[in-house]
Amino acid sequence: MANQPALGTRPGIPFFRHLRAWPATVFIIAGLVVLPVLSVFYLALFPTDNIWRHLYNTVLFRYIEATLLLLGGVGLLSFVIGVTTAWLVTLCRFPGRRVFEWALLLPFAVPAYVIAFIYTDMLEFAGPLQGALRDLFGWQTRRDYWFPEIRSMGGAIVLMSLVLYPYVYLMARAAFMEQGSNVLAASRTLGCTPWQSFYRVSLPLARPAIAVGLALTLMETLNDFGTVDYFAIRTLSLGVYDTWLNMGNLGGAAQIASMMLVFVVVLVTLERIGRARQRHFGQGKPNQDSALYTLTGLRAWLAFLACALPLVLGFAVPAFQLASYALGNFSTYWTDDFVEISWNSLFLASAAALVTVVIGTLLAYGRRLHPNRSVRLFVSLSKLGYAMPGTVLAIGVLIPLAAFDNSIDAFLRARFNVSSGLLLSGTVFALIFAYSVRFLAVAAGAIESSLDKVTPSMDKAARSLGMNSLETLRRVHLPLIRPGLLTGALVVFVDTMKELPATLMLRPFNFDTLATYVYQYASDEQIEVAAMGALMIVLVGLLPVIMLSRSIKGGRKAAAVLPVAEQG
Amino acid sequence: MTTTIKRTVKHLTLAALPLAASLTVTAAQAEEVNIYSYRQAFLIEPLLNAFTQQTGIETNVIYASSGLNERIEQEGRNSPADIILTPNTTILVDAYDKGLTQAVESDILTSNIPAQYRADDNHWFGLTTRGRVIYASKDRVEPGEITTYEELADPQWEGRICTRSGKHNYNLSLFASMIEHHGEEYTKTWLEGVKNNLARTPQGNDRGQVKAIMEGECDLSLGNTYYFGKMITNTAEPEQVEWANSVNIVFPNQEDRGTHMFISGAAVAKHAPNRDEAVQLLEFMSQDLAQYMYAQENFEFPVKPGTPYSALLNQYMGDFVADDVSLTAVVDHVDEASRLVDEVGFDF
Repeated sequence: MANQPALGTRPGIPFFRHLRAWPATVFIIAGLVVLPVLSVFYLALFPTDNIWRHLYNTVLFRYIEATLLLLGGVGLLSFVIGVTTAWLVTLCRFPGRRVFEWALLLPFAVPAYVIAFIYTDMLEFAGPLQGALRDLFGWQTRRDYWFPEIRSMGGAIVLMSLVLYPYVYLMARAAFMEQGSNVLAASRTLGCTPWQSFYRVSLPLARPAIAVGLALTLMETLNDFGTVDYFAIRTLSLGVYDTWLNMGNLGGAAQIASMMLVFVVVLVTLERIGRARQRHFGQGKPNQDSALYTLTGLRAWLAFLACALPLVLGFAVPAFQLASYALGNFSTYWTDDFVEISWNSLFLASAAALVTVVIGTLLAYGRRLHPNRSVRLFVSLSKLGYAMPGTVLAIGVLIPLAAFDNSIDAFLRARFNVSSGLLLSGTVFALIFAYSVRFLAVAAGAIESSLDKVTPSMDKAARSLGMNSLETLRRVHLPLIRPGLLTGALVVFVDTMKELPATLMLRPFNFDTLATYVYQYASDEQIEVAAMGALMIVLVGLLPVIMLSRSIKGGRKAAAVLPVAEQG
Repeated sequence: MTTTIKRTVKHLTLAALPLAASLTVTAAQAEEVNIYSYRQAFLIEPLLNAFTQQTGIETNVIYASSGLNERIEQEGRNSPADIILTPNTTILVDAYDKGLTQAVESDILTSNIPAQYRADDNHWFGLTTRGRVIYASKDRVEPGEITTYEELADPQWEGRICTRSGKHNYNLSLFASMIEHHGEEYTKTWLEGVKNNLARTPQGNDRGQVKAIMEGECDLSLGNTYYFGKMITNTAEPEQVEWANSVNIVFPNQEDRGTHMFISGAAVAKHAPNRDEAVQLLEFMSQDLAQYMYAQENFEFPVKPGTPYSALLNQYMGDFVADDVSLTAVVDHVDEASRLVDEVGFDF
């Protein structure tokens, strides 16, 4: 990255205005987005008392141990599932491959707390599976046989991986596709076995993208509270809530949340250092069909199984279970409210997707033009929101918004003796702002990894042909990074559909989303009532998955036929 | 049970219609009251509907399980919040400590709500009470075999007790009351004893523990009273009826201080833009109808003395001695209780 030519500062380009405009844009946008995170840091300065002595003497290392175990487990399993399936559907021909290509994204639409609930119901002692086993073998009590405890670290790792691996899959698949099969073909003619060319060529080339996917998975794992709480796993998230709510020490909680960010920063930095000198630009034209290997017989079946398993476990089983709960009592649980609630979710998710993709593009492009230290720092800071526990971040969102509202109100009262009240707090705007803060990392990750692969010679060519930086972005980069944009939009859309803590806390009066609806009933153990809402989340989440998955493929074709892309 | 409540509301509607109509005519513009609720919206909806029908005042609700006090604090004097509704004292006291509440002087409230269930300066009011009881296996625990919280630490129960996380407010509240009664030293030893008696790592919720008793994993559990009502009347999940039928309810410490109680309650926000309506809603919630609906729908105990119990409450939880320890004193110990839970590694 350090070697990247600073495109925006090249002398001799007569667009001086834009040279200033881009860093300014980056600073303003990133500054706004980072405000909530800074607010949490600010809170951390004022604990009611020092919690660390107590934590250090009691549970701190247990929290950290559980957090690291969970992160390690979910990271590893998501990596294995995501990379394997991505590689199979991209580079191998086997039965079902065309369907798996998009269907492997489906588990993503299932919220982690929902899958936790459903599998616990099925696999616990009183559940149907163990009941059937007992009937079959004549066992009576728990002590007669061994069965894995679903409410455990292992259970949490497996279930969270099942719904989070799509981050890795999505990024890895895009990377494998962009590599173009000619790279692999070359490695094969140079004497690599298929496995060698995977380990020595495909995987290293895809590493930046996979790292992005993995980082998203880990951040999502880190900020989760509902699922780990349900599985009785005591991670640092629990420490945050306990310190805040039970010990009445919001500042102390903010300190723990800030410390959790250190985890993320260290992770991301290590990965960056690891590939500091690697930089690859897609020189080859990506093929429409990049499949290199045709699998037959047992291998084809194994490939089929490897893709079918996460799909069945992560999507089909929970979706089927939800449907049987919801549809069994459809007339009782379906109300007209659902139309409105679904509409709310749909609107918020679309708005959040749009806003984050626009912001993410501006930041990524700004960084591309001016990769200096301060710009890069701001862009990195703007992504921290994703790793914070949702409720803490929501308070962070509230602070600047309310301060803004109240300052204007105070000014108007003092000057004109009128009150403007709260302009932004408690509105849909506050929600969209919160989602943007939270999910910018997701959109930006997808966009940056796409943009990084566009060779700088493309910029130079465009600029020497007289385009300014904005035109270059619009006419050259946007068409090229379309898959990245759509991927970012898709992920933010689905994430927003599932988002709970910030929505609960910041929403307007009498306003429900599907996620808050599900939570309200699930937290009162009315899973049958909640099921209808959960099913709607999954169904509405399906639409963009399928739509965008097709569009990404279409976009690739479109990009490939652009003359400018051919010259790359 | 939902149908019952709907019927109640419908009757009410008919009775109150003329009244409501006259009110809407006189009201220049729609009156409303804004509720920041820590209790699930659907739980309070029937009550709010009845309130609207009786008074013509519309209700607006935001429900969240945490963070609403912080929201009101940040919103400052422009906060639209009129009423804060909570399922426990901890949040009420937190709002009070943050200066988010105001005093309400109302004869209706003070005569309906016993002094022990409201703040001394009338900054917050309890609306219902719930008890934290011991659920004991019908098959494996003789009646009278356990009668106090203190006995939960007795080695005879080793490997036989189930509970949710020690960090949950319901447990912390009970532990805090132990601190208030016996001091920190005793409570720590007691907690260690209870921890040694646990059949499994604390997990799940109160109902899950009763289920575990039915499955034979443990013999005793801690749980709130209303969960029994919710289980035994559950038509959506009929198996919960079996869970409930596998246990006896033990109201602890009947010979001495009584069973630990907590309240659900409400406070009027300091900057409430619709203060009058807010007070009206509070008063409404302390009156017979709302008090009865609470008991009927949620199986909580009315705070207003003399409110008739539902048949179910009468049958299973009719008469018991309640601990009348000061609620604020208990809240003061929650922080300590949480630290003790860490110190004895209760949740691990």
